[in-house]
Amino acid sequence: MRGRRFAFAFLCALLPAAAGAVLPSERLADPALEARARVISQDLRCQVCQNQSIDDSNASLAADLRRLVRERLTAGDSNEAVLAYVTQRYGDYVLLRPPLRTDTILLWYGPFGLLAAGLIGAAVYIRRRNPKMAASVAALSAEEEQRLAKLLALEERK
Amino acid sequence: MKRLLFLVPLAAFLVLAGYLGFGLTRDPQKVPSALIDRPAPAFDLPAVPGLALAGLSNETLKGQVSIVNVFASWCQPCRVEHPIFMRLARESDVPILGLNYKDKAEDARKWLGDLGNPYRAIGYDIEGRVAIDWGVYGVPETFVVDRSGTIRFKHVGPVTPAVLDDMLKLIAQLKRAA
Repeated sequence: MRGRRFAFAFLCALLPAAAGAVLPSERLADPALEARARVISQDLRCQVCQNQSIDDSNASLAADLRRLVRERLTAGDSNEAVLAYVTQRYGDYVLLRPPLRTDTILLWYGPFGLLAAGLIGAAVYIRRRNPKMAASVAALSAEEEQRLAKLLALEERK
Repeated sequence: MKRLLFLVPLAAFLVLAGYLGFGLTRDPQKVPSALIDRPAPAFDLPAVPGLALAGLSNETLKGQVSIVNVFASWCQPCRVEHPIFMRLARESDVPILGLNYKDKAEDARKWLGDLGNPYRAIGYDIEGRVAIDWGVYGVPETFVVDRSGTIRFKHVGPVTPAVLDDMLKLIAQLKRAA
């Protein structure tokens, strides 16, 4: 019960963050369009405060861009068309999610590539190591066998 | 050969460290412009109200290699670079065109009255919409535009003497080219 109440308080604390920096006056009357505007805004980088999206930022340029996004949507642009419109002016850097292209493949898949390379390397290493170890363990000379038998016999007598 | 194999991860690390180290020396605030070598966006800005100077449009850009400077009276770094443009206006014939960004006409007029006016034409962009089309994200920004109205160079932040040298070299080159 207490846990649930705490969770509720926590979620309430998060509510203001969910509203972003969008001012009531900026909002579109059409909730569907407004929802699309929010989605687009969350993918656009504010160029002034670079690691915030324009949806989060209070910078005046971010407000201008939010308005622009809403204008384009009202004019009937698709989400992709709006993003293209902004990218044409500010370059790919405005996109918080970089596009997947030949020159960004390394960015998108590089970490998975490194992980795969590491796993393969580890697998090869472990595979190579095991037979050797097995061989060295098995290779007791006749002399050693005799000694071992002697020691074991000694142990049993105790 | 096989013995040296253990050096491979070390080499990979050094390459990566070098690459990232170089990244640290670069200014993350500087965003490459999407507009270099592209025609300037279509625009037509009125003059600053109350100022006896032409506005700025694509027509102004045509037929001359020019510098386009985005400025505002409320922008501190603009004050820093202003003397450089004043001197350039005195000592050369390169046209300097202004884009007055989100400024009050009154403040802009006073600013130019106090500090001097190096601009041959100033577009008044109170909404900042034309600036968005130019990919402006912080004043001051300075562009070099060639005769055909194509953007050739962009500098974000105040123009320093070193940046001005680069710009003048490019301008001389563009003038020869056409």
